[in-house]
Parts: sequence; structure tokens; C-alpha cells
Amino acid sequence: MSKFQKPAWLDNGLVRWVDHRLPIFTFMSHELYEYPTPRNLNYWWNFGSLAGIVLVIMIVTGITLAMHYTPHTALAFDSVERIMRDVNYGWLIRYIHMNGASMFFIVVYIHIFRGLYFGSYKAPREILWMLGVVILLLMMATAFMGYVLPWGQMSFWGATVITNLFSAIPWGIGDWIVTLLWGGFAVDNPTLNRFYSLHYLLPFVIVGVVVLHIWALHVHGSNNPIGIDTKGEQDVIPFHPYYTVKDMFGLGVFLIVFALFIFFAPNYMGHPDNYIPANALSTPAHIVPEWYFLPFYAILRAVPDNFIGGWTTEWLGFIIFEAKLAGVLAMFGAIAVLFVLPWLDRSPVRSSRFRPMYKWFFWIFAIDCVVLGYMGALPAEGIYIVIGRIATVYYFAHFLVIIPLLAKFEKTRELPKSISEPVLGGGGGGAAGAAAKPMEKA
Amino acid sequence: MNAIRTVLAAGVMALLVSPAQAAGGGAHAPEHHWSHSDLFGTFDQAALRRGAQVYKEVCSACHGLRLVAYRNLMEIGFSEGEVKAIAAEKEVPAEPNDEGEVEMRPAIPADKFVSPFPNENAARAANGGAYPPDLSLIVKARPGGADYIHALLTGYKEEPPAGVTVPDGMNYNEYFAGNMIAMAPPLFEDGVQFADGTKATVEQMSEDVTVFLAWAAEPELEERKRMGIKVILFLLVLTGLLYVVKRRIWADVH
Repeated sequence: MSKFQKPAWLDNGLVRWVDHRLPIFTFMSHELYEYPTPRNLNYWWNFGSLAGIVLVIMIVTGITLAMHYTPHTALAFDSVERIMRDVNYGWLIRYIHMNGASMFFIVVYIHIFRGLYFGSYKAPREILWMLGVVILLLMMATAFMGYVLPWGQMSFWGATVITNLFSAIPWGIGDWIVTLLWGGFAVDNPTLNRFYSLHYLLPFVIVGVVVLHIWALHVHGSNNPIGIDTKGEQDVIPFHPYYTVKDMFGLGVFLIVFALFIFFAPNYMGHPDNYIPANALSTPAHIVPEWYFLPFYAILRAVPDNFIGGWTTEWLGFIIFEAKLAGVLAMFGAIAVLFVLPWLDRSPVRSSRFRPMYKWFFWIFAIDCVVLGYMGALPAEGIYIVIGRIATVYYFAHFLVIIPLLAKFEKTRELPKSISEPVLGGGGGGAAGAAAKPMEKA
Repeated sequence: MNAIRTVLAAGVMALLVSPAQAAGGGAHAPEHHWSHSDLFGTFDQAALRRGAQVYKEVCSACHGLRLVAYRNLMEIGFSEGEVKAIAAEKEVPAEPNDEGEVEMRPAIPADKFVSPFPNENAARAANGGAYPPDLSLIVKARPGGADYIHALLTGYKEEPPAGVTVPDGMNYNEYFAGNMIAMAPPLFEDGVQFADGTKATVEQMSEDVTVFLAWAAEPELEERKRMGIKVILFLLVLTGLLYVVKRRIWADVH
């Protein structure tokens, strides 16, 4: 146990007194100093802790903004402008919060794609992965409601479009949900009030799920770029100080990018229309959601008007489906499919480094998501509709057809015997060793 | 600004570019050089002062600036006396007096710019049904920003293209969405008399008032960039040090 020593401060008298009553220091020692982490994690593994830090930044700036914000349709827009103009460093706090939402999604999307590439969702980390999907869903709900709060044109019309989606649910349930979301019969002051209340609540729910996420992580520890289990002390290093310092360095790089947006292009990721106060009588030319929702927005719009509606009424008769409902189901299905991914992918090999075909399909899928994002931003007309539909079909085919088939037919490369072998063996691990080497050098 | 945008856009942000965001029907506003748009750029102080004059003498007849206070003018070089005088030209409702009646009083520097119309209906009634938007955020609220405002102000055509008929009460503007704009050409040669002797061409007045409106929309711009430089420099040093520390701590692993 040479590498995994308890810190010296555990012997301090006061620490021991507290620890005897509440073992918080033992806990810290166990989860940081004695927590074994694969020695070969590359920089893609930085994004988990980054996401946690961004969450904290969002909560701190959000609570500060809440001290000055007024959740009333007549005052919300002006109260945000008052923050921008009259509150000391209000513009800074608001721009951090505004751009922080985008940064949060960038970091989390990279985190998710890292999991997809290196097979981090596979046994025994299925619940860890599913908790992550829950966090993504909560983030989306939180971000959506937060975007409504400034009560600009896109706030209002985005809220109108998205809440109306729920009306697609049949048997009167949808209308009931919509009325509940609105607190009335249109997007109005009660809507703004409850969105504000929930926007304040949900981040703390996210914190709760993040705790579960990290708890589940610490049971089996991190996956790694090679995707094989750690086989002994030669494969692992303690989290602290190795990964704490690596995460700190990554945080520095991230903050530079974040600061560039905050200070030099604060509205780059926003929409100009949201600097126009909400007006229920004037619909913007294009209602576009925030960029991080665009792929899902494209999937929503991809379903043709007569899809299922035409079929079911003719062939089944008793199910009254609307195209809108099909679109909504597709949109939520795009996330739901992530929940079952661990059971769709039965390939025993985790990392793409040893999956020559999956590696290609991973990148095609990544491009497909970018294409969907573009289509979500473009008006739904002409060739864009066709591209959007193809990209949507491919999105689902990737999970429901390609991944299950790959598990059956792909010839995977031979796995190295252990993590330390390709890393320390100097080329002994073949392709994996060569690929791992440059990243480890950093 | 453009350089940094290019760099940012080239990275992971490729996803963020949304071509749909340009308003349909109007020509794309040509790019104009604004000193405040440069990466470390500041507002052109002389233009701000002239622009404030153009707003006050021309635009403010129809357009409000309700989010800006008179006192804010001191941030762009107006003296306290000047600001008091400008504010006092307008009247605002006072606190109820001892009888409970609300009388009018001259505005003071702490008041926000008084809008020309009491409400939207009054504004529409006075403008043939059109609603002159408040200009406090106009530069931030339009795709193209300052370029668009400048293009719009100078984009009027006396003769519309062949085959286009301009309805009564409308004007042809190359850059307005749909090309038909209710606002008559607002700027005319020598429409204002600049104190600094600058010739008041339409181009000049348009540029100046655009700079003024850019300031009105983003009064924090200069402070923001100044702080940004310091923050980035600090982060570069910090990150460099963290990298060295990381290398040293990891030395025994490699």
C-alpha cells in the first residue's frame, strides 16, 4: 500500500476528535488519497470534474442573480437589464451565468461522447451511465426554464413552443399537463413564476443526482482509454494528487475559453431576439431554441405530418396518434435510447481502440449529431427537411441497428493483458500502446 | 473581435453557427469598421458625443431610450451641468403632493430617458400605425448589430427597384426585412449642427448615432474588455504554472 497512504493530517488531534464522531475526514481520505484511479486516463477524462465545477459556478452566479431578478412579466426584462447596467458587476455575473449554460452543455456533451467512445456505459457501470442521462434530462429542463426568465421574445416563444409539445399526449392528459405548466391557458405570469421557482429548485436536484453519480463511480472506479479492468496496484495511482492537479490544469484551460466568451463575445451563443421584450402579439420570424437543443429540435421536426397518423387511423383505427405526438416521442426517444444503451451494446470490448468498426461508426454518429444541430437551426423547408429526416433515422439506426449488429459481427482487436503493460512496456501493447503514449506524455 | 470569433467558431463551436438567424427579406448589412468592435477596442469618444446629439435632436422625436438614465451620459464625457440641463428639458410625474395629486416635475440626472410617447397605442396613433421601437438595446437586438443599424439608416432608396411599388406611408429600404419600412428617411445633410465642427453628412450622423446606440446597448463594453484582458493574462500564467506542477507531480508515474 505504498502509493495509497492516508494523509498525515488524519493524525491531528482535532481531526481525530471530529472524525470519531463524524468520519468526514476518513471519507475524504478514502475517496481522494486512497481512491485508486487508472494511471492511463487521458484528457478526455477531465470533463467529468469540469462539469461538476461548472455546476457550482452556475449555482453561485444563479443565486446572486436571484437577489436582483424580479419574476414578473411586467418587470422581468427590465430587472435583467438593471442587473446589466446598475448592479455592481451585474453584467459579469449575468454573462457568466448566460455563457455558463452553454459551457455546461459543451462540457457535458464531450463527457457523454467520451463515454460513448470508450464504452464507459458497459458493465459494471450501467447505473452510473443512467444516472448521467438523468442529469442530462434535468439539465435540459433547467436550462429551458432559465432561458424563459429574461422574458425576451425567444424566452416567450420558446416557452410557448416547447410547452405546447406536451399537448400532443392524447386522452386529455397532454392538455392537462400544459395547463399545469402554464398555470393558466397561455404562457403568462403564472408560467414565469413557476419556471423561476423550478429553475431555482432543479439545480439542487442535479447536485443530488451528481452525488449518486459519483457514488456509483467510486464503487468500481473510472473506466480508462484501454477499457480493461485494473489488475493491481501497478495499474492504478491515487486520485490525489495526480488527478486533482491534472483536473486543475484542465480547469485552467477551460476557464481561458470560458473567459474569452464572457469578456469578448458574451452574446455569441445567444439570439438577438431575446433582447426584445416578450410580445404575445408578435411572433419572431424563426423560433430557434438555444444551440444545445438544436439536434433534438431537428428530430422533433423531422417526423412527417402524415407519419403514423395516416397509418394508425387507417390500419389500427383505435389509436389516435398525431404527427406532433410522433415528433415528441422521437425527441424524447432520442434521449430514452441512451438509457438502454448498455443493453443494446453487447460487445464485451469497451474501448473503441480495440473496436475497428465501432470506431468509425462512432465518428459517423458524431457527425450525424452535428448535422442534426445544423438542421435544427435552419428553417424547416426544402432539402433541409430531407437531410433532417435522414439524420434522424440514422441517429436511431446507430443505437437500434448498428450497435447491436456490431456486437455480433465486429472482429475486435486483441486486448492488452493489463493497463501497465502497454503504458510501461514501450510498444508491447501494439496499436493501443502507441495510441496511448502521446496522451500520457502530457 | 472578428479574429477571435473566427478562432472560436473553428473549434468545437462549429455546431453553434446557425445560418437561420439572419432576418429574411433584407440585404445583408455590409461590414463597417467600428473601433468598439475590435478585440481591445473602445468607443470613439467624439462619435459618442455627436451620436448623443443626433439621438436627442432627431431620433428621440419618435424613439425612446428608456433603459438609459441621464446620469449615464456622464460616463461618455458629458459634464454634470450638461446632463442636468438635458434632463431638465423633459418632465416626469412627481411624487404625489400633500393633496395626493401627481404633478409634473423636470427630470433629473437619476431619471431614465423620457420616452416620446406614453404607451404603444399613442406611439402607433402618432406614426400611422407603426411602432417606433425603443432604442436602448437595438444594437444587441438585431442580427448584424451596429452594421445593420448603420446600413438601415443609410439604406433608403428614393426610387425603388423596377417593378416594386411602395405603399402609401411606406419607404423603400434595402436592408429592412421585407424592404418596406414605415420610418421615413430620418437623416438629412446638415440635419444637426455638430459643436466640434464635423460636417453633418448622412453617413457621418448615421455612424455617430450607431456608436451612441452601441454604447446604450452595452455600456459595460469597455470595462468588460479591460477586465477580460487582465483575467485572460492571469489565467494564462496560472494555467502555465499548473501545467508545470502537473508535470512534476506526474514525473514519477511516467
